[in-house]
Amino acid sequence: MSIAAGVDVGSLSTKAVIIKSNKIIGFAIIKSGPKPVESANKVMEQLLNQTGIVQNDIKRAVGTGYGREKITFIDNAISEISCHAKGAQFFVSSARTIIDIGGQDCKVIKLDQDGNIIKFITNDKCASGTGRFLDVMAQVMNIDVSELGKLSQKSTKPISFASICTVWAQADVIKHINSRRPAEDICAGINAAMANRVSMMTNAIKVEKDICMTGGVAKNQGVVKALSSILGCKIKRIKKADPQLIGAIGAALFAQEKI
Amino acid sequence: MKTAGCDIGSRTAKAVIFENNTIVSSAVIPAKLDPVESSETVIQMALDHAKLKMENIDTIVGTGYGQQEIPFAHRLESEIVCHAKGAWWNIPSARMIIDIGGQDSKAIKIDQNGRVIRYTYNDKCASGTGRFLEIMADALHVELNEMGKIGKTFKEKLNISNQCVIFAETEVVSLINEEKEVADILNALHISLANRVASLARSLTIEQDIIMTGGVAKNIGVFDALSDGIGFPVKGLDGIDPQINGALGAAIIASEG
Repeated sequence: MSIAAGVDVGSLSTKAVIIKSNKIIGFAIIKSGPKPVESANKVMEQLLNQTGIVQNDIKRAVGTGYGREKITFIDNAISEISCHAKGAQFFVSSARTIIDIGGQDCKVIKLDQDGNIIKFITNDKCASGTGRFLDVMAQVMNIDVSELGKLSQKSTKPISFASICTVWAQADVIKHINSRRPAEDICAGINAAMANRVSMMTNAIKVEKDICMTGGVAKNQGVVKALSSILGCKIKRIKKADPQLIGAIGAALFAQEKI
Repeated sequence: MKTAGCDIGSRTAKAVIFENNTIVSSAVIPAKLDPVESSETVIQMALDHAKLKMENIDTIVGTGYGQQEIPFAHRLESEIVCHAKGAWWNIPSARMIIDIGGQDSKAIKIDQNGRVIRYTYNDKCASGTGRFLEIMADALHVELNEMGKIGKTFKEKLNISNQCVIFAETEVVSLINEEKEVADILNALHISLANRVASLARSLTIEQDIIMTGGVAKNIGVFDALSDGIGFPVKGLDGIDPQINGALGAAIIASEG
């Protein structure tokens, strides 16, 4: 049995995937705790329980994400950049640009046809353009972050923000709520602001087709649409897996290669 | 000749009455939702302090981000020019002014006549503005005007690694959870804010004397940390509330005709 595992310890969520001959046989997503080792152990335990697989069956495991170096049960650690590239190209082989928006960062990665990384750019300094921006706005709107995408689809007049700063945008959102602007127009404005900020990064790296989006924010259709229209081309969605799992899947694929 | 300056900022409104090259009275109020109301309230307050009426004032100059809304202003002047003028009038050896307001920060270089040579400012990012302190005061449950004093009693040197207000706030919450002392966290925050503004100021060549103005200059922790961040001593205004500096500059400009 050539079972491989990938674990991705992110700033907000920890993901684990088990694969066998290129097929996902199980996955788990949990909220990250303060200690990456504990998060990794917890998500793996949950996944093993779910699948009925025992740790000994896993021939090789690779860790990724910001807490990767501390995971105790992995054979080796590989950067998120490599794992996201690997995972995205597994599903969309034509992908040459990967935009990964995580809970507290954003990465734009350029690849060649063999999956080699040509260039990448990261923002983890400014909350704007990361999942955190959406979390803050959803909280002010008193809705779940998963509703931002759906609600924004009904908008007719999206609001526009004067500043990209999360703090200033938050104040703007409160102002618009108080002046009774429809929630869908505010949500559409939030998603557009998010896309705008990310496009500042894609401009810096000169993206190439096909573009593929990964990470939790890829689940927000409003952001994907807004970003597609700014970039002037359709962003390919990964349909066969949760975009939030792509890093962990990439890690598992790396593990599988070495069995 | 009696003149007045009115500075409608993003968080507070300020007014100064000026006569014979002296400040007659001044007033500071929190900004109201309607800038027209802010300006009328604050100027009335300053007039009351001086026992004057609006018709006694010859010229009024408006400034600040809400300057367009001041109904009684005869003329308008930019905050940059007003801050330069106010600080230079108070301290003629001033060559650089660092102003941290509620929602922006500026570094201004002036010549020996108080004229603006160069300036740079940040209003795009909340980091490096008074808003940073407001959010942290909330997170730490301390009064905004107590922060400086409390921070001065720090014992352990902590480091805040994030500049982004949102990420720094999360860092503060983890420090609270690690049971770090409020004073130690405040001290680290003041250094962080000062460093951010210092790097803005350093994008211009530093020249002395450096004067710090704006509401944040009242925070002794940020004030002291700014000297360290810039690498040169920073001075405060002499006997004047640093928050009224913009309105003062406007009143002086009004007196110059």
